Amino acid sequence: MTKEMQTLLMFGVIVVITLVVTYWASRRMRTTTDFYAAGRRIGGLQNGLAVAGDYMSAASFLGIAGLIAFFGYDGFMYSVGFLVAYLTVLFLVAEPLRNTGKFTMADVLSFRLRQRSVRTVAAISTLAVTLIYMIAQMVGAGSLVNILVPTLDYNLAIIIVGVLMICYVVFGGMLATTWVQIIKAVLLMGGTFLLSLLVLSHYNFSISAFFDAINHVTGQYCTAGGVLKNGQCTVGVPVTKTFLQPGLKYHGTFGQLDLISLGLALVLGTAGLPHILMRFYTVPNARTARSSVVWATVLIGIFYILTTFLGFGAALLVGKEHIKNQNLAAPLLAESVGGPIFLAFIAAVAFATILAVVAGLTIAGSSAFAHDIWVNVIKGGKENEREQVLVAKVTAVVIGLVSIGLALLLRNSNVAFLVGLAFAVAASANVPAIVLTLFWRRFNTAGMIAGMLAGLISSILLIVVSPAIMGIDPPGTPASAAHLIQAPALFPLENPGLISIPLGFLVAIVVSLLTRDAAAREAFSETNVRANLGINAEE
Amino acid sequence: MDDAVSRSERPVTAATQDWQAIEQDNDFRTLVRTKRNFILPATVFFLVYYFAFLIIVGYVPEFANASVLGNINVAYLFALSQFIVTWLLMGLYVWRAGKFDAMAQRILEKVRGGQA
Repeated sequence: MTKEMQTLLMFGVIVVITLVVTYWASRRMRTTTDFYAAGRRIGGLQNGLAVAGDYMSAASFLGIAGLIAFFGYDGFMYSVGFLVAYLTVLFLVAEPLRNTGKFTMADVLSFRLRQRSVRTVAAISTLAVTLIYMIAQMVGAGSLVNILVPTLDYNLAIIIVGVLMICYVVFGGMLATTWVQIIKAVLLMGGTFLLSLLVLSHYNFSISAFFDAINHVTGQYCTAGGVLKNGQCTVGVPVTKTFLQPGLKYHGTFGQLDLISLGLALVLGTAGLPHILMRFYTVPNARTARSSVVWATVLIGIFYILTTFLGFGAALLVGKEHIKNQNLAAPLLAESVGGPIFLAFIAAVAFATILAVVAGLTIAGSSAFAHDIWVNVIKGGKENEREQVLVAKVTAVVIGLVSIGLALLLRNSNVAFLVGLAFAVAASANVPAIVLTLFWRRFNTAGMIAGMLAGLISSILLIVVSPAIMGIDPPGTPASAAHLIQAPALFPLENPGLISIPLGFLVAIVVSLLTRDAAAREAFSETNVRANLGINAEE
Repeated sequence: MDDAVSRSERPVTAATQDWQAIEQDNDFRTLVRTKRNFILPATVFFLVYYFAFLIIVGYVPEFANASVLGNINVAYLFALSQFIVTWLLMGLYVWRAGKFDAMAQRILEKVRGGQA
């Protein structure tokens, strides 16, 4: 059997298992609570695994391994930010959200603020974050599957991923989506653990020998923004560093500032990611929401520490010069330490990872439209179970089709900045609104809308004029690596967080202080009591 | 599920609560203050610790590149310590939250008793 057939077979096994789970879940789905929140019967460990599954996207698994393999230490900075973010979720968001909301982020906001306008803006922001994140995942999925299994071309891969995610959500709702996440999280943790052990076995399981080897790997960059070609810099002078030293990716005038901007977006953004927030509605109460964050953080932390072995392992055992595509560092490492069968297994894990994350995003997006816009804005809050589930399913299909379409359209574009953008938008638009409504009595509708729009618009505008999108490439750069706008960047940082997050908070606070809203002030008592005691929490 | 919590999840009587009255109750105010006294300093601490890490790694390379513990440098150990601090703070919070839960439970019993 060829290598490709083995990989394809493993993909098939994943698809069959997840479809069986979906069929099982579909027989247990009746009400809207079943559809959006898996009947609120998911346990703490299960939800912890599912949160981990939703969070550890292909960007984490393949992306960080690739970044470390190419840039050494700087890639590991992502791992740190992604984990520390869970303290924000635990301390500020998870329990109050479970106590006051029903299905979406907007539920928490519309409590004390004016429903219709708040829900509309919050749903727009949710859909924006979801779609941005989704396109990043889909475009990555297409090229990845295409490289691992050349007979499946990019377009076919996108369509398969899209159709599968629509199936999970439409037929199995949140229950199927949750179990797909759990299966994926177990596979991913297992695969990563095994891969790390195999890497360490090359160093007689000596951490010290492993780090010794890393200290002998070096990378180079040019000062003054020059480009390195055959050991010579176009501008500036070459700088050499070992892979354990910071600075191979983030250097120069704005490098460190960019790192801080990214760090801010990562550490706050997680608490505003709709598909992560939604997971806290699937558990029976705030205490289980708490324990699920703890489980998730233990699992995610172990995983991110292990990216050390994945990334540096790929740099050592495969070698940067043999990795054509950054995303392939982990699969190539699997092949070099475990042979073709292990490659097939790791490729299938990556495939499951992508499927699970896009399913989670689809259900988050569909709830924002069906629950916030359809039921509470258009229908004025009159719920009709069957109708709402139907609308949610139709929305899921539409979101799926739009994502497939956009992913097909953008197949040759450089979309690497999209995951960072999703975190920046979530941190700038969603997090100020959630935190202020829960903890600040003076916060009101005008402040929420102004703050959310300011965060949303500024983060998107800043990224459009940043070096992530604007820049002049040397002739012959492939489209998938080229800047989308060929002009010098107007804003120096790749990540807008450093400006847009404080701006989102500032606008929300200033506008609240400038406007009077007695109802919002009075209703804070209810938010405060419910968030802390769980009275009237959804069952 | 823990019994204390599952009982507290039951709606007392929907929409008829006197929220202001509960909010002004001394026990409730103590609960909110006790929580805040943990969450606020803990949040400030982890943010300061995290940004100190980013700043030192970015702007103080001599220190970040210094080898400690054999061939492992400050930068990597500092990164690793972020994981440890995250887990420790999380454990501390869970431990404290047991107390928050007990306080909330007492208030809930009082609220329910007042209605009977």
